[in-house]
Amino acid sequence: MWLEPILMTIIVASTPLMLAAIGELVVERSGVLNLGIEGMMIMGAVCAFAVAMTTDNGFFGVVAGMLAGMAMAAIFGSLVLGLATNQVATGLALTLFGLGLSGVIGESYVGESRSGLPRLDIPGLSDLPVIGRVLFGQDALVYLSFAIVAGVAFFLYRTRAGLALRACGDNHDSAHSIGYPVLRIRFLAVLFGGACAGLAGAFMSLSYTPLWIKEMTAGRGWIALALVVFASWMPWRVALGAYLFGAITILQFHGQAWGLGIPAQVMTALPYLATIVVLVIISSERARARANTPLCLGKPFVAER
Amino acid sequence: MRLELERRPEQSRLMLFLSPVMAIAITVLVGALVFAVAGINPLRGLYVYFLSPFERMWSIQELMVKAAPLIIIALGLALCFQASVWNIGAEGQYTLGAIFGGYIALTFADGPAYVVLPAMMLAGMVGGLLWAGIPAVLKTVFRANEILTSLMLTYVALLVLDYLVRGPWRDPMGFAFPETAIFTAAATLPELTADGRLHLGVVFALALVVVFALALPTTLRGFEIRVAGNAPKAARFAGFGLSATILFVFLASGALAGLAGIAEVSGTVHQLLPTISPGYGFTAIIVAFLGRLNPVGILVAGLVLSLSYIGGELAQMRLGLPLDVAMVFQGILLFSLLACDTLIYYRVRLVGRQRVAERGDVA
Repeated sequence: MWLEPILMTIIVASTPLMLAAIGELVVERSGVLNLGIEGMMIMGAVCAFAVAMTTDNGFFGVVAGMLAGMAMAAIFGSLVLGLATNQVATGLALTLFGLGLSGVIGESYVGESRSGLPRLDIPGLSDLPVIGRVLFGQDALVYLSFAIVAGVAFFLYRTRAGLALRACGDNHDSAHSIGYPVLRIRFLAVLFGGACAGLAGAFMSLSYTPLWIKEMTAGRGWIALALVVFASWMPWRVALGAYLFGAITILQFHGQAWGLGIPAQVMTALPYLATIVVLVIISSERARARANTPLCLGKPFVAER
Repeated sequence: MRLELERRPEQSRLMLFLSPVMAIAITVLVGALVFAVAGINPLRGLYVYFLSPFERMWSIQELMVKAAPLIIIALGLALCFQASVWNIGAEGQYTLGAIFGGYIALTFADGPAYVVLPAMMLAGMVGGLLWAGIPAVLKTVFRANEILTSLMLTYVALLVLDYLVRGPWRDPMGFAFPETAIFTAAATLPELTADGRLHLGVVFALALVVVFALALPTTLRGFEIRVAGNAPKAARFAGFGLSATILFVFLASGALAGLAGIAEVSGTVHQLLPTISPGYGFTAIIVAFLGRLNPVGILVAGLVLSLSYIGGELAQMRLGLPLDVAMVFQGILLFSLLACDTLIYYRVRLVGRQRVAERGDVA
């Protein structure tokens, strides 16, 4: 059966993109642009792997990855919100810092590997042909990623706090004058983004390829950023985009297996090229690109007295 | 207690110059802390990292050799950043420069040096320029975000290089190592000293700093770039083409990054390998900011960041620290710089709880 392994690998390749992108979506909806996803993700990956190895417990690893992402996000948030620094430059700094620090932390774990996260197994259901393992045989983070997307969709459109968060993103001056604590809301959003990026990293080093390789996120943090634009800042479209990109990533493995005679590097370049193509298509439709863009995205907020 | 920012009526020129100094001081202090945590005597750590590169002639030369590509790339990036164009794909443009120039070096290996070398440098600039042209056109025509497109193209550029050195360009005599043949003497930038690695690329960097320092404040193009960055509406009103400016800064910075790439390959590496840069294209972003987007500032900042590489190598050899420590320091330096830059635009006060409460009552 050729369909099942392809579906399985697509899910595995899509999950980290989806986790990282849904976190960034919340951050951007609050009006903050965090370009440091790659840095938070790689720190999540290395900390998750290090803790999982030392405690021999995957769950602790996942928690550590999430906390590492949040710690990185806290640095970013303090600078960008507390000191109103340039968000683009601060995000870049976060990525450089994360790539370096993860290399230092991970040095002693190079070459070690784990057995992956436990998979959900429902006797009977998991044995169904094709869809059995695809739907009922994934590890917890895959289900969690969908729960987070559903949760974010509910939060943003159905709760008062979600409305406040979107208000901060669209007009921080008005949000401030109604009495919303703009900076606090944004800081919490940034922390949530860090937790999601950390989870995405943990999934990379504990499930996707259960080992630590330097710079193993390989630009996925940046692709996640593009996914948010692709999704026009709408939660369910992030899920759609992540699976589309996951499928493209997977093409490279199967393309090689099918022996199409295309150089491996061309297949590896596909997700990056697809990102560019998608950005161009989305951005050139002005009306659609503008409709949901948070109006205060990337603009610092300093309360006037 | 909390921080409160109050916008200054005018930006502080004092802080503009003081901020990089403060940032370096903070980085050194954090460095001492990192050494202490790692169980290394902080003074010894700081000495090995920041001072021992000046002990020997060869490491001083090495300092200049590593500063050259940083300075050349950062000069171009400073043009972009002044125009509020975020080209962060210099690493890719550098790589394409090395590939285009490397093609000349491998194809015309036996030609006379006075033809081959200039042709290589020119080809390198063309390579970088073309690669930078892609995000530039995508931004001006389709409004695609240049941060993401230029970065994605960096990954693609590295894969192109990887493909070439493992595939068609691999040295048939190279025992299947992923590397091209070693460049002939005609395709190697001449060395300036007998006992070190100082090569002509360093002269390129110095010459470009002089040209930029003279041209930026005095030419109309320099003025257009600054207006486009600070007041895009005014630029449109004055009839400066915004798209033309974006294209110009992107292509110029691409050409410079390409030149840095081929100069580094021709002067230091002497062949094409899968990895030909320790991340110069990204570090140059820090150089541009630390140097205040000013050519002379960039010269100094390039040497400072070059020190972080050399110090990192020495710390690896003598203290057993991983090489990635250099990248950590670079990240901390950029964090500190951005934090200190807040002082240019704002006065920062610590406000006690009580005062906050009082103010709340009045409001």
